[in-house]
Amino acid sequence: MLHLDHITCSRGQRQLFNSIDLKIDSGTLIHVQGTNGSGKTTLLRAIAGLLHPDTGSIFWDGKNIRGIYEDYCREMLYLGHLDGIKADLTGLENLRIAATLHGNKITENQEIEIFSLMGLGGLEELPCRVLSQGQKRRVALARLFAAKARLWIMDEPFVGLDAVIIPSLLQLIKSQVAKGGIVVLTTHQEVTLTAGTIQRLRLGEIPNFV
Amino acid sequence: MFEAFVCLVQRDLTIAARRQSDVLTALLFFIIVISLFPLGVGTERQVLTKLGPGVIWVAALLSSMLALEHLFVNDHADGTLEQILLTPQPLLILVLAKITAHWLLTGLPLVLIVPIVGLQYGLPAQALGIAVISIAIGSPVLSLVGAIGAALTLGLRGGGVLLSLLVLPLYIPILIYGAGAISAGFFGMDAASPYLTLLGAFLLLALVLAPLATAAALRISME
Repeated sequence: MLHLDHITCSRGQRQLFNSIDLKIDSGTLIHVQGTNGSGKTTLLRAIAGLLHPDTGSIFWDGKNIRGIYEDYCREMLYLGHLDGIKADLTGLENLRIAATLHGNKITENQEIEIFSLMGLGGLEELPCRVLSQGQKRRVALARLFAAKARLWIMDEPFVGLDAVIIPSLLQLIKSQVAKGGIVVLTTHQEVTLTAGTIQRLRLGEIPNFV
Repeated sequence: MFEAFVCLVQRDLTIAARRQSDVLTALLFFIIVISLFPLGVGTERQVLTKLGPGVIWVAALLSSMLALEHLFVNDHADGTLEQILLTPQPLLILVLAKITAHWLLTGLPLVLIVPIVGLQYGLPAQALGIAVISIAIGSPVLSLVGAIGAALTLGLRGGGVLLSLLVLPLYIPILIYGAGAISAGFFGMDAASPYLTLLGAFLLLALVLAPLATAAALRISME
């Protein structure tokens, strides 16, 4: 269970959000909404532990994530704006490295299966440099399988993906929530669930141009 | 944990093998600087043997610094550094893996090439041997200390200049004792061993402290 305990973040002089207090149970999807620059990415990075909130703390299963960061990382997967894949390595190598660093072993059959699920069949052995933007994104998304994480933090996961893969990704998110996982995501896309609960978190106000 | 270390070292070596220019730059720079001096100052044996130790170490210092910029920058730009910070592995081990790979690519080639380029200075075999040992002990220190600077200047514009300003003062002791070791090497191993021992002490100290500082600096630069 994830607990955001009154967290406040600011960038420079500007306060992005103030005292967000949220208890998130397993089987929940948090859809973070807000205008550009309202602090969605900052909130997600704070939950991932990449930046310290100005005030407040984040608790995972009742323990402050600062104290149990390595264990927390084992249960958490963060997909940011950047794909986090090496252009000079092949998709397969990228996936293997992600899995090993996450402390998981995946077999060759699983690798092939993951790649065909992501619609990357036949592209496993190509260096990611030659893949298209959307295909690179798919390689990054393949990490979802490599790490057996309970908490998924996804920053705009649908950007750059085509109409074929978006429904499969939505399906993946749904099944993660149905399995009792937690998904925190930002997207301008409408997300619906068949099982579990969905909470919408609105950040920021519409900027005042006066 | 050990698996993660090996995995990351392998990753960096594979990338370097596919992108050789980055690795060759540092090595070529080293060779060129060392080879230019005899052309510039003349081939008088006495002058060259006097200059040799210092030139070898200054060249090693500069070539190590040239390579430092690449240590984290590429990983930072494509988001893999972020992912590395978010793995359930001790960050110290991962940082050490990055530095190890970096040294294998930029430090080890210098160790191997020193006996050949050192010949241009007419150094006796004994001094050449000690040059190899001193670079072998000293260059990992350069990588370790440099990693702190590389992590601190990550994401800054004009970080390269700042990096040199930060790191060079810390490199000076290595330069002094490294060049001193080779100069003393003319009189045999016994004369050089105090210098080499001191370099070894620096290595141990850097091995303990530098990964800690680098890890902390990386976390800060991610914010």
